[in-house]
Amino acid sequence: MGSVVALDSLLQDRRVWRGRQDVPPARAQSTGHAQLDAALPSGGWQAAALNEILLPAIGSGELQLLWPTLARLSAAGERVVLVGPPAIPFPPAWLTAQVTLPRLSIIQASGREALWAAEQCLRSGSCGAVLCWPERADDRALRRLQVAAETGDTLAFALRPQREAVNSSPAALRLMLELRPRQLRILKCRGGLTPSTPLILDH
Amino acid sequence: MRWACILFPQLALDAVLRSREDLTRPLVMLSGTPQRRVLQAVNPAAREMGLRAGQTLSAARALSDDFDSVEYAPEQITHWHRFLAAWAYQYSSHVSLDYPRALLLEIETSLELFGPWPDFEARLRCELLALGFRHRIAVAPNALAARVLVNVGDGLVINEAQLSGCLKDLPVSRSGFTPEVASALAGMGLRRLQQVLALPRDSLAKRFPRTMLDHLDKLQGLHPVALDCYLPPDHFAGRVEFNFDVEAIASLLFPLRRLTADLAVFLAGRDCGVQRFVLWLEHRDGEATQVPVGLLSAEREAGMLFELARGRLEAVQLRAPVLAFALRAQELPRFVPAAGELFVERPQQSLAWEQLRERLRARLGDDAVHSIALRADHRPEHAWSSVPATGKQLLSKLPRPGWLLSEPQPLDDLFPRILCGPERIESGWWDGDDVRRDYYLIETRDGRRAWAFHPTGNSGSLWIHGWFA
Repeated sequence: MGSVVALDSLLQDRRVWRGRQDVPPARAQSTGHAQLDAALPSGGWQAAALNEILLPAIGSGELQLLWPTLARLSAAGERVVLVGPPAIPFPPAWLTAQVTLPRLSIIQASGREALWAAEQCLRSGSCGAVLCWPERADDRALRRLQVAAETGDTLAFALRPQREAVNSSPAALRLMLELRPRQLRILKCRGGLTPSTPLILDH
Repeated sequence: MRWACILFPQLALDAVLRSREDLTRPLVMLSGTPQRRVLQAVNPAAREMGLRAGQTLSAARALSDDFDSVEYAPEQITHWHRFLAAWAYQYSSHVSLDYPRALLLEIETSLELFGPWPDFEARLRCELLALGFRHRIAVAPNALAARVLVNVGDGLVINEAQLSGCLKDLPVSRSGFTPEVASALAGMGLRRLQQVLALPRDSLAKRFPRTMLDHLDKLQGLHPVALDCYLPPDHFAGRVEFNFDVEAIASLLFPLRRLTADLAVFLAGRDCGVQRFVLWLEHRDGEATQVPVGLLSAEREAGMLFELARGRLEAVQLRAPVLAFALRAQELPRFVPAAGELFVERPQQSLAWEQLRERLRARLGDDAVHSIALRADHRPEHAWSSVPATGKQLLSKLPRPGWLLSEPQPLDDLFPRILCGPERIESGWWDGDDVRRDYYLIETRDGRRAWAFHPTGNSGSLWIHGWFA
């Protein structure tokens, strides 16, 4: 039997890995859904990073998920930019969700131009949140967005098709929306373990 | 009143030099009749080669053949004189162009804002150097004294008490008399102004025209000097001519930077912004190529104007070599600076939204960036607009989808589950875009919720018009 070593000295030597890295306290970017906030290690979205949302198709509940955040940011006077949205944001519904429309900007672009525009918006640091819909983005393009979000200290969302779930992604947070039943799966979250059970958001 | 006089001893040459990239190349300005061409001005590189102002062109050609020549154009001098007045207008409400190649600024009232004078002077000199104009500055209690003192020195500052002492030592040849008067005084053996002032007035009045005594009185501040007030024009035009053919857009960037900087200076002087300007690329024959540059709001920051104009210019395909390059701005609306936050949450914010928006528009097209607003109309395709709304609008409590499809799509589901409806929307008979539809809230096979309709009276297949996301 070896000699007895005090636990404190072992920890101070930093020879023992404690299983949980020290996460720098990120600014709280609440999702507006209490359940989701509780499940995420950062207590909300990853601020200044890319958050990826995977959808089966347009209209799978992505706006219900995002509206509280967009409403909070736009009400605080931050600019929210939609780069190449798949359809027209219909003002009656967005107003009902209490999004301040004058703070909302839409950039019509697709493909590489959309990625460029999203990167410019993220890098500028003048936007509160940037949403983009990359159609065929590779790992490199997403990494550029992630770096741009860090540089500009901006909340970035990439909404991508569900089939991309099998590919790895540099995003700090990956969520997947499912339709039947309507639920939300956390695929990856930086700074914590991913909960294995899906969440059901009440609308 | 205190007057500052800024003299531009090399106005014509500086105006040409500032539009050239390579300053080490010898350059001369030519004037005179076609039979006898004379060097009007030479730059330092040409002076090193032994060329002097006043030489004939043939004498200069005998010395060297390796220099550029530019025609000396009096209208160019007027243009730049007025441009400098527009620049000076941001520092004084009374700018005068009465004396050639010189600006007179009333500075007493400006000192409150820009003073004290040493700081103000440093600022003027710094900006003039950046614009590329050599200059001399003098300050005196009256305009004429300032103009005369700038002849003898740079940076002189004279107050009322010092004025008479300073005038006494002034050489007669530099006192601003007409050439005839100056030579007559020199012939009489008078070298200093002190000697002229000592002469009895009545005898001077007998020997010289009346203007000479007036000049003396104005110089001493006994009579006021009447000066015109410069008023800046309502438009801006700048032009650069090349003495060679420009075939690449890249070679236009240097003159473009100058022109946009000049525009920014002009706008700052006039305290307005620019919302639309046109770049003219003039060719040897045919119409000039016009490149319009439009902005969503009035701006006047030089770097930004350059970046935007460059974005538009680089997209142009030149159809012929460019001989001259001009920038014209007709609409100069009021400039309202963006209100900044005192406590900025994001300290590293590098690019303001307005600049970012213009950069995006420059690359993606004018209509690429827009906002969205509610319009009071029942028809879904008319219930939104891409321009910001004014006033408060009423919002109905009926369910509306978050995404509206620009073109309705046929629903491929034969038996959708109807959750709500029908809701009849019938409107628009007055503007030719008549709509009669029954809308349903349905759930599709894969579990999404759609807003679908069929035309009233035709209960066939449904069309999806939006998604409840």
